[in-house]
Amino acid sequence: MIQLESLTVSYGSGAVRIDAARDVSIRVAEGEAFGLVGESGSGKSTVLRAIAGLIPEASGRIALAGETLGPKRTRALRKLVQMVFQDPYGSLHPEQTVDQILAEPVAIHRLGNADRRVAQALTEVGLGTEHRFRFPHQLSGGQRQRVAIARALILEPRILLLDEPTSALDVSVQAEILNLLTRLRRDHGLTMLMVSHDLAVIAHLCDQLAVMRGGEIVERTTADRLAVGETEHPYTAELLRSNEGFKRG
Amino acid sequence: MLTVRDLRVTFPTDRGEFVAVRDVSFSLGRERLGIVGESGSGKSTTGRAIMGLLPPAARVQAAELSLGKTDLRGLAPRDYRHLRGKRMAMVLQDPRYALNPSISVGRQIAETHRMHLHSTRKAARLAALEMLEAVQIRDPQRVYDLYPHEVSGGMGQRAMIAMMLIADPEILIADEPTSALDVTVQLQILTILDDLVRSRGMGLILISHNLHLVASFCDRVLVMYAGRVVENCPARELSEARHPYTRGLLAALPSLTHRRAELPQLRRDPAWLTDEVAGT
Amino acid sequence: MSDNTISVPGVAPGWRAWLLSPTPGSRSQARLGRWFRSWLAFRRNPLAMTGLTIVLALVLMAVAAPLLSSEHEATFQSLPDRLQYFSLAHPFGTDELGRDILARVLFGARVTLLIVAMVTVIVVPIGLGIGLPSGYFGGWLDAVLMRITDIFLAFPQLVLALAFAAALGPGIENAVIAIALTSWPPYARLARAETITRRRSEFVLAAELQGASWVRILWVQILPLCLPSVIIRLTLDMAGIILIAAGLGFLGLGAQPPMPEWGAMVSSGRSVLLDQWWVATIPGLAIFIVSLGFNLLGDGLRDVADPRSS
Repeated sequence: MIQLESLTVSYGSGAVRIDAARDVSIRVAEGEAFGLVGESGSGKSTVLRAIAGLIPEASGRIALAGETLGPKRTRALRKLVQMVFQDPYGSLHPEQTVDQILAEPVAIHRLGNADRRVAQALTEVGLGTEHRFRFPHQLSGGQRQRVAIARALILEPRILLLDEPTSALDVSVQAEILNLLTRLRRDHGLTMLMVSHDLAVIAHLCDQLAVMRGGEIVERTTADRLAVGETEHPYTAELLRSNEGFKRG
Repeated sequence: MLTVRDLRVTFPTDRGEFVAVRDVSFSLGRERLGIVGESGSGKSTTGRAIMGLLPPAARVQAAELSLGKTDLRGLAPRDYRHLRGKRMAMVLQDPRYALNPSISVGRQIAETHRMHLHSTRKAARLAALEMLEAVQIRDPQRVYDLYPHEVSGGMGQRAMIAMMLIADPEILIADEPTSALDVTVQLQILTILDDLVRSRGMGLILISHNLHLVASFCDRVLVMYAGRVVENCPARELSEARHPYTRGLLAALPSLTHRRAELPQLRRDPAWLTDEVAGT
Repeated sequence: MSDNTISVPGVAPGWRAWLLSPTPGSRSQARLGRWFRSWLAFRRNPLAMTGLTIVLALVLMAVAAPLLSSEHEATFQSLPDRLQYFSLAHPFGTDELGRDILARVLFGARVTLLIVAMVTVIVVPIGLGIGLPSGYFGGWLDAVLMRITDIFLAFPQLVLALAFAAALGPGIENAVIAIALTSWPPYARLARAETITRRRSEFVLAAELQGASWVRILWVQILPLCLPSVIIRLTLDMAGIILIAAGLGFLGLGAQPPMPEWGAMVSSGRSVLLDQWWVATIPGLAIFIVSLGFNLLGDGLRDVADPRSS
């Protein structure tokens, strides 16, 4: 469903050239959830944004649903892949009601039936009708993230890109959002690509994952292997240790 | 060293008073105390109330609030300023906001030393360099002259710790000191903090949303919910916590070794707002 | 309207509760509720309320002018009645041609309002039309548009107005066009700055991902966020614009006789200022009060939009 071959994103040239992502290749089958783990500057978000078509400088091959993509995306391709951002405060327009935010993609794609679609999308993400005409500042962080997920789902995409969708949320809210994402993947057969710095969150949602550092993939592994503490690259081992908390040496 | 009894913090709002912290009591010795809770639980407000750093509109009341023999209640802002840095210090989440952007990192540390210990320029500089070394900055001479925007997040947080500890305070309050940092850097910072606090015999309050981190780092843990302490237990017994909120939080964390199809969701019980505190 | 009310326990139903409802039942209720909250904040500011009252009074004067007086009275010359002091027949006296000053001030409000409306209609679309794309696209388009803006910024307002009057003939419309053409550059810069701070926002990225065209992104996502600061700026500038229009009238390049424009009235009264002070002072006061009103209103709006500054 998602196929990346030698994706490279670089800025500048010559001595000041910075590779935000270097030679990244990933393959995600339909209905699968794939995770990219890494710290800030590892290039994980760059990869995600390149797939979304937000980085025109990306080189290498990006293919979604068997179709190789150029820098220009058609409206149909836009509908295929949607994204949920990290910051539920910044990703919703502050002066629009939930209803307007959700009706906008319907209007862009001229899908019709906006009223029914919006209501359905809200139900899907577990928000009641009382939230429909509220402004983002009248919602909690978890509710905002649900709205952001609803906005992505309303176009009925087959691929959902998740950029640290829970890292700005409290633990109990994170659990709710993760459960929601699990259910949506199951019900809609969504293909998911999730990016996070939190190994446990990635391993919870994704079976397959890749560890990134400095723009490159250093290890490909599975959640099952991590569960038993099996690692190849020392960096992965370090991440795994960090996840267990502090150890007095 | 620090004693807090029945601390209550209220903020005036359009719709009457908002109680951010209610009936919080604990004491801190030469130990590491963790305060955990979700956003809005009042954990940061508690830390700021102790430091006297709340906005003037906030009302702080307590049956007792003292550092050693000093009563902190109703302390004049001037006296509080004198106390901060010298006897109590605070490390915040983002060093970039806490450091003055127009003064070099080293000079800020040296100034703190001069202000509280009335040392000479030269002695302060030496002390600052020594302190930078103590927080494991490899090239203190070079870092001394760097400005806050020129250092990385981890380096900035080390500089912040150096600045906070240079006057040898009795207690240090660290409010999410590593949340803005990468996971691998987090542990380095905590190790440094741990070494310094232990070798100097200080009391440390670590405020964090991260249960794992607090449980593994601290000796004792307070769990806060809606402004109240709902759990007060030794850190190693946190996994056997009694309060349903603590248990719910622990269960809601995704785990690497124990994968579940669905995470149990926390059900908030209104009774938690009034129940007697477990384990005190 | 109240049949839409969602009953909240403990809150009496009514239009106020309907507006302040935390769970609005429709888009318009949500929008009105937001405005109402802003209004409640605005109402707490006495200076802003004074400004609003003055501006509303100006509008009321303009609308009600034919009821309180008549066009005929504002332009009717009666030389035997010239330069009369306040009386029942002429509450503010008469000017050097025997015209009723009150009637002229009332009808002058219409002229002032015309200036306000025309400047708004010209300045806001040009400013936004140049500033939004400039900020959104950046690069060479930004460079070109901003240099054009700089060129217009370099024109001295009065000199351009003089040139316009010379080319097209003096008149209030030409004067306003000249003012507007030299007033839009700050709005373009303001809109550009607001756009730049927002174009990398995640909600704009989300709109791009949905396949929204750039026109749609500017219109739906960015414009509503730029509008408040543009409106505030315009309100604050309005006093200056009214003064410039009055100045042009004073120089004889704005409104032409017998049009009752306040600036021109001050001008015609200056020769008798020492003996018949009211002829110039009454329209001068009108200019002063209206300018003050717009300034206070603008300050108040700014305080509501940005609570930190107050």
